[in-house]
This record gives sequence, C-alpha cells and structure tokens, in this order.
Amino acid sequence: MRPVIVSGVGMIPFERRDDDRLVDMLATAGIQAMDDAGLGERPVDAVYVGNMASGLFNHQVSVASALVDKLSLLPAAAERIENGPASGGSAIKNGFLAVASGYHDVVLVVGGEKMREVIGPRATDIVACMTHPEAEYIYGVTLPAMAGMFARLYMEKYGITRKHLAMVSIKNQENGLLNPYAHIHMKITMEGILTHPQAFINNPVVADPLHLYDCCPVSDGAAAVLLTSAEVAEELKKPGVRIAGVGQATDTHTLQERSDPTDLKAVTLASEKAFAMAGIQPKDIDVAELHDAFTILEIAESEHAGFFKKGEGAKAVESGATRIGGKLPVNPSGGLKARGHPVGATGVAQVVELTWQLRGEAGERQVKNAANGFSLNFGGFGNNVLAFVLRRDK
Amino acid sequence: MDMELEAYLRPPELPMVPYPAKAITLATGAQMVVRQVDREAVPVLLEAVKPTIQVSRDYYDIVGVRVYSELLGWYRYRVKDEFCLIGQIDGLLVGVVNSRLYSPQLGISLHTLAIERGLRIGAHLFAAKMEHHIEYLKQEEVLITAESPIGFRRWMIEYNLEKREGQHELGGATPYALTRELYFQNKDRLVAGERPVPPELMEVAEREIIVASEDDILEKILGARRRVFQ
Repeated sequence: MRPVIVSGVGMIPFERRDDDRLVDMLATAGIQAMDDAGLGERPVDAVYVGNMASGLFNHQVSVASALVDKLSLLPAAAERIENGPASGGSAIKNGFLAVASGYHDVVLVVGGEKMREVIGPRATDIVACMTHPEAEYIYGVTLPAMAGMFARLYMEKYGITRKHLAMVSIKNQENGLLNPYAHIHMKITMEGILTHPQAFINNPVVADPLHLYDCCPVSDGAAAVLLTSAEVAEELKKPGVRIAGVGQATDTHTLQERSDPTDLKAVTLASEKAFAMAGIQPKDIDVAELHDAFTILEIAESEHAGFFKKGEGAKAVESGATRIGGKLPVNPSGGLKARGHPVGATGVAQVVELTWQLRGEAGERQVKNAANGFSLNFGGFGNNVLAFVLRRDK
Repeated sequence: MDMELEAYLRPPELPMVPYPAKAITLATGAQMVVRQVDREAVPVLLEAVKPTIQVSRDYYDIVGVRVYSELLGWYRYRVKDEFCLIGQIDGLLVGVVNSRLYSPQLGISLHTLAIERGLRIGAHLFAAKMEHHIEYLKQEEVLITAESPIGFRRWMIEYNLEKREGQHELGGATPYALTRELYFQNKDRLVAGERPVPPELMEVAEREIIVASEDDILEKILGARRRVFQ
C-alpha cells in the first residue's frame, strides 16, 4: 500500500446551527480542508461523505452527490458512507484505501450531521434506530439506556464510581474551553455536578448511573480531511501527517449476545490492527481522541485500546494521566462530551484534531511534542469500531 | 397624574407574602441567588429583556416582548398581582421569571426568561416560581403554558402537569395545571436552593442588578461564542 498523507483539514464549530443546511456545512468544512492543503486547481478524484442519518434528520439523501456539485468538483466520484456513529471513521478508512491502493491520488473526506433540526427526543430515537429492531429497539432501548446498563456492569466489575465518571466530564469540559470549535464551553465542578447535596438537580439522571453531564450533547457540525498520496503531499508542502495505521472490527449487533457485555472486543481488535499496521505500541502514543459519547466509554475504551490495564482506566483519570500535560492526554479537543457529537462528523473531527496536534497547531490545548496520535470511532454500541494511528512525518 | 382617575385604572391588589431568597449551587460551582424584586427594579430588568426581543430562536422574541410588557405593566400599575423573581450570579442578572395571582387560590404563570443558558437556570427559576405560588402564597394550583418547545418539555413533561379546559391568558393557549399534589410529588427532584442566603452573597446581589451588554446577552442566548480563527 502507498503512504496516505493528511494534507489538509477543515472543521466548522460544532454547535446548534439553525441557519445552516447540512450540505452547506459539509461544503464549508470541505473548502477549509482543500484551502488548508493549498490544493489550488488540482482536481479531487473522489469525495466521501460520512453521514449517519440525513434522510431522517434532514429529509435529504444522496448528500455526497449534492456536495460534489456544490463544491464544483465534478466529475469526481462521490459516495455517502453510513456506519452509524462511526460513519466518519468509515469514510476516512475508505478514503485511505482509495489512495493507498493507488486508485486515487486526492480524496476529500467530509463527515457531518445536522441533528438539531429535530427535537431532542426525536434525535435520540433516530440514533436508536441503529439498535436491533426486534431484540432491542422494540423494547424502547436508546443509546443512553444501553450506555447506562453498560456503565452499571463496568462500574461494578472494576470498582468505578460516579466520581470517576465526573472526573472525565470535568476534564473534557475543561479541554473544551480551549477549543474554539467545541460545542460546550463551560467549566463544571465536582461540587456542582456531584458532591453538593442538590447536585442531582443540576445533573439529573439520564439513564442510571449516567447523568446529564455524563452524556455528550446533540450537535450540528462538519469536519473534513484531504487525503493524498505522498507525491501529491510533497507538492503541496504542508506539514506531513500520515495515516500510519487503520483498524476496524465488528461485534454482535445486540449486546445480549456477547459472552461478556463489558468486553469491548471490537475496540480491542480494531486498535490492535491499527497499532500492528503502524508498527508501534499503545505506549508510543502521545495523544488520543476517544469516543466518549458517555463518560464511561472513555474509561473503557482507554483500557480496551491497550493504554491501560483493565480496571486501571479510572485510576489513570484520577491520577491526571489523561489530562493535557499528563502521560497520555485523552480528548484534548474536549471529546464528544464537549466538542460535541454530530454523529457522522465525529470520526473525521477526531482525525482533524490529531492532525492539528501532530502539526503543533492545536493552540492552547496543544500536547507538547506530539508525534503519534490515536483515534477511536465507536459505532453502534461497540459493534463496528474504527481505530487510526496518525504519525507526524519527520 | 390625576390620582382619582388613576385609582379607577389600577387593578386592586391582593396581599402577598414575600418570597424568601435562596442560593442554588450550579453545575459550574457558582452560586445563583434567587430573590424577589419589587417594582423599582423593573427599569433595570427591562434593559436585560429588551435585547431578547430580536431573537427568534426558541421563541425568545415572543417571550421577551411579553415579559417586557408584563413587567412594564406591573411597574406602571396595569397588571394585577404580579410578582417577579430574578436569578443573579455575583450580581449579574441571569434570568427573570414572573407570575401573577388570578385569585388567592389560583396562580397564573407568566414567563421564564433565561439569559444565561446551559445551566438549568430557567428550570431552577421556574421551580422557584412554583415554590412561591404553592409554598409561600399557599395557592391550590398554578395555570401554565409555554411558547417554546423547550418550555413545553420543561414544564409540562418534567412536572407531569394536568391539562385544563379553557384558555391560558397568554394568547389563549391550552392551560396546564401544577396542583399542590403535583408540586410536592416533584419538589425533591426539581426544586433546589438553600436558605438563608449567606449574607455576603445577598449583599452582592442586592447591591446592584448587573445587566450584561446587549452583545453579551445575544451571545449567551444564541450560543454563538466569540472565537478567534486564524
């Protein structure tokens, strides 16, 4: 396979964007990525759009066809790639394969979702459509409910407390304050969300034991990366960040079919594949973007990806190891918790953040001397997971 | 002013016990003082309400214009038995709620206007308003409606309100009622606050009602933060 370089990145602030249409959001991020790369008049061979549910959220399908025309990139190939909340990651993987195989030299990958077009309960229902229709959805399960059940099991098994979950939330919201693209810009405190006798009113239960501040917001947003061959990248003269490892793995559709529901096998397998391809170990990673749609997931993923032993992810949070400046900063962007989670955009936004980090362009949230980055995009409830290792070229 | 004629124009007023101030610790750790204000505070409150009139998002424009008229009407004695509670953080006005009494037994919830968003300030202030109606004014029930979907979810669903026949005085919308029974069923879950307010907090709150600039108010409501992009 040929090397694949992230030659340009772009992103619009994640928030509630009442006045923007989905395709406009995708186009803005896409233009930013092409401008960032200094692409100029060079043609784009293909456009891949990571999007989970524009048909349901926005009553619009074929958004890749709409985008390629909007960007005047005709006759570039264009496809929308749907893989639930890992749609962005899947779009990047497909863009990677297209360039790595030599089939394309320049691929624009854009991830985006406009979720706030519908009210919150409707958005929750649309996202819940990814669950098994007969075994899960029919019983009213939602993703917060699944995460709640998972959290209860995981907390009991490994002695994790709500204080650990709150630490993740507080850390990521602090990081979000440093990220101008983040949806949530608010510093929260342990007293305000947990220890004050009335904190439960500020931070009500969503799906026990998960409370409001354990859950990511519902956001609109888009992010884009321009992937190129090394030859094209050399001509563009941008600081080189390459996709050094890609891993993907799946697990059973329903949680109940897993022999141990706390074992996120697809996270482990996808991560192992990405590390093996990159030829490095988890200990070599300087910065990680994990899929903390719920605080418990950041802890569980940090263990299953191999950064910490099982049961030690919470201790790492407690020790400050996952803060910016710690041994392994996790989610310096604020993660899904603070940056937001427009589902189709997330996997791409994670790679955008890593690229900024590896280029040294992450501003106040910069992780010093970051050379290797890792991202994990968690689809379904861990049934379709993508992992990436990014490396700064010397 | 012709006070003889004015006496005809002013609605008669029912006696109202004052609402005892309380302090609520927010998710940020900041303490919000919730307290009742009298008529003399209205001109300052109107400064904060006025910018909201230009924001269509979440029906702030309709709520803003109605709150403006209700407060002005109260200030100039053209609304019967209105009361107003405010939320302040370090003196800064972060929300306003108002209500009135239809009779000693029946309250009419007017509006909830959160200026700072994302901290359940509207929810806390609405709960305080209900607390005043039910616990201090000893009313039997409060008629409520909502202009915005957010308000509808907050008030109607979180409190499991009972639907009532007839029309709410806010545009004739369907009224929903918070009864004493419903209030006490939901109180522990939704009504926050500690009394007495620490004297130093109260002193700051009472010294001045600080109103953010129009730009800041619009930014808080619209969620558009100042960002610096290279």
